[in-house]
Amino acid sequence: MKTRHFPVLAFAGLIVGIQLLTHFTDSGYHLTQLTMTAYYSLVIVGLCMLIGYAGQISLGHAGFFAIGGYLSALLTTHDLTSLQGSAFVSLLSKSGLLVARTDLYGGHLLNVHPWCACVVAILATVAIAYLVGGPVLKLRGHYLAMATLGFGVIVYRIALGSELLGSADGISDVPGFPLLPGVFITGKSSLRVQNYYVAWGLVVLGMVILLNLVRSRVGRALASIHGAEDAAEAMGIPTARYKLNIFVLSAVFASLAGVLLTHYNGGIGPSEASVMKSVRYVAIVAIGGMANLWGALSMSLVLNYLSLRGYFGTYDDAVFGAILILIMLFAPEGLLRRHLMVDLKRLFSRDAAEGEAP
Amino acid sequence: MAIGFNIIYNTTGIINFAQGEFVMLGGMTAVTFHQFLPLPLAILCGVAVTMIVGAVIEILFIRWLHKPSVLRMIIITIGISILIREISLHVWGESVRALPYFTGTSVTSYQLGGVYLSPQVLWVIGVSALAVAALSAFFNLTMLGRQMRACSANRDAARLCGVNAGNMVTLSFMLSAAIGAIGGAVICPITYVHYDGGTPLAIKGFTVAILGGLGNSMAAVGAGMILGILESFSIWVLPAAYKEVISISILLIILFLKPSGIFGSAEAARLKDF
Amino acid sequence: MGLRTTYNAGHIGKRNGVRKVAITTNLKEGEMKGKMGMVLGVLLAIMMSGVFVQAAEPIKVGAILSVTGPASFLGAPEAKTLEMLVEELNKGGGVKGHKIELIVKDSGASPEKAFSFAKQLIEEDKVFAIIGPSTSGETMKIKSVAEEGKTILLSCAAAEVIVNPVAKYVFKTPQKDSDAILRIFGQMKKMKISKIGVLSGNTGFGKAGKEQIEKLAPEHGITILANEVYDKAASDLTAEVTKLKAANVEAILNWSIVPAQSIVIKNARQIGFKGPIFQSHGFGNIKYVVAAGEAAEGVVFPAGRLLVADVLPKDHPQKALLVKYKKDYESRYKEEASTFGGHAYDAFIILVKAIEKADSVDKDAVRAAIEQLKGVVGTGGVFNFSATDHNGLDADAFEMLTVEKGKFAILKQK
Repeated sequence: MKTRHFPVLAFAGLIVGIQLLTHFTDSGYHLTQLTMTAYYSLVIVGLCMLIGYAGQISLGHAGFFAIGGYLSALLTTHDLTSLQGSAFVSLLSKSGLLVARTDLYGGHLLNVHPWCACVVAILATVAIAYLVGGPVLKLRGHYLAMATLGFGVIVYRIALGSELLGSADGISDVPGFPLLPGVFITGKSSLRVQNYYVAWGLVVLGMVILLNLVRSRVGRALASIHGAEDAAEAMGIPTARYKLNIFVLSAVFASLAGVLLTHYNGGIGPSEASVMKSVRYVAIVAIGGMANLWGALSMSLVLNYLSLRGYFGTYDDAVFGAILILIMLFAPEGLLRRHLMVDLKRLFSRDAAEGEAP
Repeated sequence: MAIGFNIIYNTTGIINFAQGEFVMLGGMTAVTFHQFLPLPLAILCGVAVTMIVGAVIEILFIRWLHKPSVLRMIIITIGISILIREISLHVWGESVRALPYFTGTSVTSYQLGGVYLSPQVLWVIGVSALAVAALSAFFNLTMLGRQMRACSANRDAARLCGVNAGNMVTLSFMLSAAIGAIGGAVICPITYVHYDGGTPLAIKGFTVAILGGLGNSMAAVGAGMILGILESFSIWVLPAAYKEVISISILLIILFLKPSGIFGSAEAARLKDF
Repeated sequence: MGLRTTYNAGHIGKRNGVRKVAITTNLKEGEMKGKMGMVLGVLLAIMMSGVFVQAAEPIKVGAILSVTGPASFLGAPEAKTLEMLVEELNKGGGVKGHKIELIVKDSGASPEKAFSFAKQLIEEDKVFAIIGPSTSGETMKIKSVAEEGKTILLSCAAAEVIVNPVAKYVFKTPQKDSDAILRIFGQMKKMKISKIGVLSGNTGFGKAGKEQIEKLAPEHGITILANEVYDKAASDLTAEVTKLKAANVEAILNWSIVPAQSIVIKNARQIGFKGPIFQSHGFGNIKYVVAAGEAAEGVVFPAGRLLVADVLPKDHPQKALLVKYKKDYESRYKEEASTFGGHAYDAFIILVKAIEKADSVDKDAVRAAIEQLKGVVGTGGVFNFSATDHNGLDADAFEMLTVEKGKFAILKQK
């Protein structure tokens, strides 16, 4: 039992270690980008579950991320003051689901409470994921890739085309998320450390859930689907249901990440829904080793962090493209099989130095 | 465009996500050559360069993989498409380019029964018709074409009969790159080329190819027309910003209901690997 | 090429600026051995003395620009312009003895990256001011970051919400959309046009313009008969213009900043639309005219005077500056200067002027100095800032232009 928990504890230790390091070297500013990285990592481990363990590719996960982010942003910024008289709004208001706040310029706004918005966003994601996942997961191979890609493009187009969602500008001035009394998810520098722990705490929690899932009966069933779907079906495993449930689960991970990152950044734009983002998620999962949650997580940590720091400059997308090709050509099982860790470190020693010991 | 998809798919069973980039490359190189070459020659050079790129890609990335999984192929071609795009960004910069109209100028138009047509549109229609005709002739009448089809049907059997399957795949990449490049050059006076322009085209081309049924060039052209018409009409009902949403929704619906495409036969689809 | 090196290595640039630090880290890493150490030590001493002689510390200026991605047509010339200006200024000894150190970050027009970079620039690099971002969406996302970090933000994006309502540290240099629209409506009145069709691209620019057009049209006696939004990557807009023509509009007003705007003109002429076509100041790039070919002839649009720098009357206050910028930019980068690069130019000279005026490198003093700047000649117009106006330009910043024989020309008033 001890060994099972070891990686999780080690990871938690790493998280604390990084924070302490930044604390003592007075470089706390790294935590901002590390927090953002944490939310992207949440998407990635969810996607890793789908691609690596259930064997289903999805090129539309940025879509789920955007659904969560946009819905939450819309609900928490859309001013309901003018509707105050209507029965529905006053009902919401009485039940404590609305909050009044003042904006940057002192105007009064009446918005849906972030918790309520978050729940709505997640529920909507679940509904959409079931709706889309049902028919989509019946497809295989190219058709599956194309259908999920199509879904992603649709979400992107709607985000870009709707006035309500701010078209190309996206939604700004999203308030912080009051997670617990005294704990806010927001980009304010004063709450940096707190947010860092909240974000990575969520990632650890997500990892624990997924790791347990992998080791359970469900996980073994998924492995059999990945290996030979027809055989699994013949063994009496309800493959369709398993696939769908994992799809929805990974969509929820993406959506939750979307909600929280939007509150953290104070806004969201259509670029979060773009196809490039989806491809990037798939790339990171591929690099980490398709069926290796830890691999995906560590790659996500390094690559997202470097990307967010602008380390790749104008070559940002190119780097991801190149990585994709190289990995798929030379190491289709992913780079991170444990013993390769050392080689990788040497290869990226410069990057690693930047990324892990700031 | 969709035809290009079909060629590679036909011989390899690989969907090439980089097809859109071939179109962009064709347009870009043609524009570049046009600075010091007359138009027809420039287009020819552009097509040639794109063909070479297609061949190089196949030799570098595809040829030496044994029995790659579908997932792996998809990811590789996506990676290639991103690379081509980023390289062209650094070669050609972010600016938009265009070729001059082949005949007439941007304002000339013919009126056909109340519909205004630019001469370039006629060029596009003409060239794609020609491409389809040439292709079906190639696949059905020439030895090389038949060999390519044999590879598609059963690679091992074809190899047993003495067909060099590897070369066939290279050839099919070149061919589809060439078709893409021609398309890019012909359509470029109307739409311009931009380093970022490949991906939307790829998605649209893919939609059309699937609509028509993979591996069926004639149907692809038909499906392309239907889609174009639907898109144009949709803006009378919905804001134009949602145009692409319509076409992709159609794609999804078709995929759900009849994955073999409108014109494809169900049996043919079942015979394929998936 | 020079440009590219800057980006991948904001870091390398930084290293040049703070050589001292780089060397001490080396020492720490224990690379110092015997003679090697002595050499290093001597070098260090030389450099330290160099640092002391130079006295004034360099001023760090961050720039968040979408050099790649969908808004690269804005970000790329902006980055090139800044690079050129910084080099020129540093060659001449900098401002008040301080060299400027530029850190360019490519956001690819994604707000989340802009947010990340803004935080990084403010908290880590401790920059003095940030120029950019290029798009309105990104600017709105980092507005509160700049406010919180008390860092001057000189946005190169056009939307009015950036400076209206005014945020203490946020300024912008592009002209206001509403002023451009006022100029267009004024011109329409002269041409006795009252029924128009409006087209706009689905970018932030198109959206902001559309809102302003809808707001201002009734006040100026103009009726919008048809109003269409098209995709920024659209390649054929025949259906859209046909719809406008069917509504019997007297003129088409197209508001977008993307290549599709030359398709609008072409398609409109192809379906036989004979009326005048108005474009926004987003048309101010000769490439669009070239792309549209003959269809561009006679298109009317408002724009900054950079485009007609050569034909401006000699006594115009902007003449000298515009001609110089155009010449410098074009000889350096071998491409046409655009008004977008001009926005970054203006942001930079405003910052420099404000530092000179404040005579200090205190952020707040310089911020206050910007608000007092009057009569600063830039590429976009003559800037007159105040505590309530963080843009400083008025409708006069625009000139009504048209296209004659494939070139921009000042519209002659009949």
